[in-house]
Amino acid sequence: MNQQPVLKIVDLRKKYGTTEILKGVSLELKKGETKVIIGPSGTGKSTLLLCINRLVEPDSGKVFLEGEEITPKNVHRMRQKIGFVFQDFNLFNHLTALDNVRIGLIKVQKIRKAEATEIAMEQLKKVGLADKAHLYPSQLSGGQKQRVAIARALATRPKVILFDEPTSALDPELIGEVLSVMVDLAKSGMTMLVVTHELGFARSVADEIVFMENGVIVEQGTPSEIFTNPKTERTRQFLRRLTELYGEERK
Amino acid sequence: MSFAEVFIQAIPKLLNGLLVTFYMTAFAAIFGLVFGTILCVWRVYANRLVSLVSTGFIELIRGTPMLVQLFILYYGLPVYGIRLSPLIAALIGFTMNSAAYQAEYIRGAIHSIGSGQMRAALAIGMGKWQAVRSIILPQALRLVIPAWTNEFIYLLKYTSMAYIIGAPEMMAQAKFIASRNFEFFKVYLITAFIYLTVVWIASFFFSWLERKLRIPGTVVGER
Repeated sequence: MNQQPVLKIVDLRKKYGTTEILKGVSLELKKGETKVIIGPSGTGKSTLLLCINRLVEPDSGKVFLEGEEITPKNVHRMRQKIGFVFQDFNLFNHLTALDNVRIGLIKVQKIRKAEATEIAMEQLKKVGLADKAHLYPSQLSGGQKQRVAIARALATRPKVILFDEPTSALDPELIGEVLSVMVDLAKSGMTMLVVTHELGFARSVADEIVFMENGVIVEQGTPSEIFTNPKTERTRQFLRRLTELYGEERK
Repeated sequence: MSFAEVFIQAIPKLLNGLLVTFYMTAFAAIFGLVFGTILCVWRVYANRLVSLVSTGFIELIRGTPMLVQLFILYYGLPVYGIRLSPLIAALIGFTMNSAAYQAEYIRGAIHSIGSGQMRAALAIGMGKWQAVRSIILPQALRLVIPAWTNEFIYLLKYTSMAYIIGAPEMMAQAKFIASRNFEFFKVYLITAFIYLTVVWIASFFFSWLERKLRIPGTVVGER
């Protein structure tokens, strides 16, 4: 049957000055689907994510969440349904882990404190940090910070979560804990759009891999298609380079 | 006259003056913080017109001597029928001045927080002003405490300028006493000592406040 996509991006374009960062990107995510975007730095992957919930205003193009277009007018409401996990965490430094997770519930969704606390604690438990609820960001490791950030994104019960290189700012030994939370999340049926260089994660979790370069989607397909039989030489080259750099698999 | 005699004679009046000095300083510092915060938030986050007005005000105040501002308020405005008492003129002058400087301290603090905090706040669905209120300012105002300590100390000393337009603060009292007993050196020395003591106490208070409000886990300024 023809299921409506959770997230639909149509011909998104963005220029910074005269540099064209996004040259017309279209993409769809079905419910429960995990798509991984790979590609060289500076090709517009992060800009694409930021344009989806208009943290960066796109020049043209449309984004639909469950069939409803995201516009400057409804953007505050729509953003509550789109989780966003940043490369450098962006936890609110003056708030405890618990407050970071529940502030959106209390201040934005106006949920009563007791109930918000319950929801927040549940999310912290999910990422394995219930015992760190009362610590401040500067008292947490990088991996823990990112897990709190994921809990924060989850708290508002989003329809889709966007991950912008969630492990790129982490020490190598801390990457695993964040990836394992993301794997669990994907398996639990969350719809996810992930920009990452973690090929192991892409291979084991992604329903589809999207290779982006110079502001366009060069190729997309299932992990086995992309990894074993890429259609373009450029994709093959990029994957070889990345594999040499990061290693084939990371468990 | 011996030092002790001058001291005993001068101290009641000086302490009276100190009360006015302290009152002016506290008023200017607190309302300067309120208006400074508003000016800064306008300058950084408001639309172009409001931002420009705010920037213009800040630069105008910072670019002119405080004494000139006081003279305009006290001697200049009566030309247009606006007559302010020395104390009111001084309070307005110091508050405006402090607001402009504090706006700039806060702006520096906001920049050091970084745009990621704003982005994250917007990403969870907050509006811009809500994000400023609940995410940006609570952090910026903590960072600004050391600068605020300086501002308070400056103000405490700058209020001595108010004697020129006749506000009855400590310096005015000192001048009055000295012109009567001709013990200029001793009276002004005692006055200087009182300023020093108050500045000292204020410094202690603000460093205590800074420690108390510090976000746990951060070790800024730890030695």
